[in-house]
Amino acid sequence: MSAPTITNQKSFLSRIGAALMSLVRRQIFIPIAALVVLIVFNLIADPSFFAIKIGPNSAGDMVLSGYLITILDNASELVILAIGMTLVTAASGGQDISVGSAIAIAGSVTLRILCGTNSRPEVLQAPIIVAFLVCCVVAMLFGAFNGALVAYLKIQPMVATLILFTAGRSIAAWINNNELPIISDAAFGYYGNFIPGIPVPTPIFIAIACMIAIFLVLKFTNLGLYTQSVGINAASSRLNGLNPEQVKFMTYVILGLCVAVAGFIKVSRFSTINYSVVAKDIEMDAILAVALGGNALSGGKFNMGASILGAYVIQFLTTTLFKFNVVSTALPAYKAVVVIILVVLSAPAVKEKFGELRKRMASRKTAKEAEAV
Amino acid sequence: MQDGAILKMRGICKYFPGVKALEEVDFTLRAGEIHALMGENGAGKSTLIKVLTGVYGKDAGEIHLIGHDGPINIKSPQDAQNAGISTVYQEITLCPNLTVAENMYIGRTKGAITNWKKINADSQKLLDSLGIPAKSTQQLASCSIAVQQMIAIARAVDMECKVLILDEPTSSLDEQEVAKLFRLMLDLKQRGVGIIFVTHFLDQVYEVSDRITVLRDGKLVGEFIIEDLPRVKLVSKMLGKDLDDLSDIKSESDTAAVDESSVPVLEAEQLASMAGIKPFDFRIYKGEVNGFTGLLGSGRSECVRAIFGADKTTGGTVKMNGKEVKINKPIDAMKQGIGYLPEDRKRDGIVGDLSVRENIILALQVMKGFFKPFTRAQAEAFADEYIKLLDIKTASSDTPIKSLSGGNQQKVILARWLLTNPNYLILDEPTRGIDIGTKIDIQKLVLKLAAQGKSITFISSETDEMLRTCSRLVVMRDRKVVGELKGEDLTQSKIMTTIAGGDNQ
Repeated sequence: MSAPTITNQKSFLSRIGAALMSLVRRQIFIPIAALVVLIVFNLIADPSFFAIKIGPNSAGDMVLSGYLITILDNASELVILAIGMTLVTAASGGQDISVGSAIAIAGSVTLRILCGTNSRPEVLQAPIIVAFLVCCVVAMLFGAFNGALVAYLKIQPMVATLILFTAGRSIAAWINNNELPIISDAAFGYYGNFIPGIPVPTPIFIAIACMIAIFLVLKFTNLGLYTQSVGINAASSRLNGLNPEQVKFMTYVILGLCVAVAGFIKVSRFSTINYSVVAKDIEMDAILAVALGGNALSGGKFNMGASILGAYVIQFLTTTLFKFNVVSTALPAYKAVVVIILVVLSAPAVKEKFGELRKRMASRKTAKEAEAV
Repeated sequence: MQDGAILKMRGICKYFPGVKALEEVDFTLRAGEIHALMGENGAGKSTLIKVLTGVYGKDAGEIHLIGHDGPINIKSPQDAQNAGISTVYQEITLCPNLTVAENMYIGRTKGAITNWKKINADSQKLLDSLGIPAKSTQQLASCSIAVQQMIAIARAVDMECKVLILDEPTSSLDEQEVAKLFRLMLDLKQRGVGIIFVTHFLDQVYEVSDRITVLRDGKLVGEFIIEDLPRVKLVSKMLGKDLDDLSDIKSESDTAAVDESSVPVLEAEQLASMAGIKPFDFRIYKGEVNGFTGLLGSGRSECVRAIFGADKTTGGTVKMNGKEVKINKPIDAMKQGIGYLPEDRKRDGIVGDLSVRENIILALQVMKGFFKPFTRAQAEAFADEYIKLLDIKTASSDTPIKSLSGGNQQKVILARWLLTNPNYLILDEPTRGIDIGTKIDIQKLVLKLAAQGKSITFISSETDEMLRTCSRLVVMRDRKVVGELKGEDLTQSKIMTTIAGGDNQ
């Protein structure tokens, strides 16, 4: 404001600089910057990382392969969860830590419906769509359970969802009498792998469909306004005619639906389930995606696009680490280092310091310009 | 420093994106004076205080403090405190569940071992010397708000402050408490402390202050000795125009006619709520402005909250235009065409992080429904219309409401309810903590709405404001309606005696 505006002398470069500056101030900057760093790192370390090949897979179909495809494919469940987690965080100011366990339940239910009473059926005992719908209903019921605890009984989200976090995998095992059902029908595997004749993994399409769905919902309903308003100030939202409890409850049910879709993809990938390992620790990645997107974990305003991008960045990181042969037990430690850097960079205190630095640089620049004139 | 000045601020500038909050402001505080800092909302009072206390960094200017050579650089509230500048805010910032002594020494004990016996004794001595009626071992929460405020001041005094800033210290105190606070302020003045007094109450300024500095739109209007600046002049200096608006209001209110033989817009019978008010009757007619009056805590707000469904009702009936309706929650009331501007703007009114635009459309949007969001263009149009109509000072409709000044936030909430086009609008303390110019605007607006046939319930702690706008007053005492005044009975003294229960004597 104190800087003199020399519009006629504004060079092309400084205009690009200004555009960059405004990007830096945007919430989505952090996940974009993280993505750029990861891409540059891989470009330098091994450009073949970005190679995409087409060739026959084990089933003999021509499919795309390469690390980028793996990232997009494997991130699908996380992206879908991040959508629900963003809404839950915004409205209730807390996170659902039971999504991993709930995925085990959702997957277990799907398999149970498809297998019927026999754990290794020759033919599917029910249409896949029926299994999916039952899986949705069950996962949404568990979401409703969490939502009721948080919204109506006012239990802290992390404590409320700790119940299902603890019990979920046991419930999943119990649903199938602790047997390991295996589906032999190839059609079931289409959803987690490839549809014959289409070279792109199906989960990518499902994730895109979910993104389009949430985009349309946010555009054509008041979900965004309601969840943010309730998350920022529940008392005032109530006096404006909202029902804060109901809004919070709904976000948990929506997250339940996301869990159902993610769980369905997960079991479809292997046509079986391992109750104690499936989607392990995915809740932390989902919460991290929300945080990485620059959304306050204490609720309120959110940016859905930034959360989704955050989810992809996390998968990018995981895949990069795998590629460099980091042992799977050491993986979390490497991830933690990166997380620390990202979280510190996006912390308000650090952002403020950057802001000051930028200001000082700008004022020095204008001083120089003034001298030159 | 010459002429007894202990604090000199010179050429202070502070810019926010799109707003010049302070421009070349000078401020001088002398030892042993009470210096009132006056100005409308958004004039820059709070910003100046925050620059002085290190909450904001300044963009230009110098601050000189006695005992320091050359300008000092205050980077944080901690710096300010170490330099001898203490602030007592409107909201108590002490810990209610600690004792008085603990609160006075918190963060100031040195070493690992604390001699609580000595601290308790020391605090008691200080409390006594300042005439504060509290025990050092008492829990802070058990003291009245006024005493808590005085304890906050005592804490500041004990830290050897030279400059004491009191930011709206009286807004939640009753008259006796204010008197006590003033005695303490005068006592400190005798001891040579320089006091900066920020308030909206003109009477209080003239009661205790020695000097007044007036700010307007971020610029210094001037510094005046209190004797040289009569009240009317002060107001005109704050507003930057001559003030004959008050007489305008009077004449407008005379024209408002109420037909009491018609069916009331709203009629409540034996209404009671969970908030613990005694069942009360209430009615309001088309085009009428009425009000609830009574002391703080007498149940004024609880009555209107019961009508709006903000508190759960436990009995009674409500009729709108003669037809019985059920109002269990705010949305029911909104669908009946009732709007409610709550008393506590921060807690119940604004949705802080949302933009001005979203805050304006919120109520109407909720009434319209979940599946029918306004388009961006529609929302923009609504916001722009009301920003212009109510003269809301904001950088844009995209600005988060929390970054606006209090008065402008209030206007946004008012805009929110005007946008729903209610038949019956409840305004609970719409003018609290906001400047005179805006107050008059709001009073005028109320009368204009009534002239258009809307019914309005207006609640205010300032009786003269209610006398100016209301044609009927419901008087409350101890959560009970104790009287109703209208026509010739609408005088200050009659209200006071009714509130105090004077008709029995």
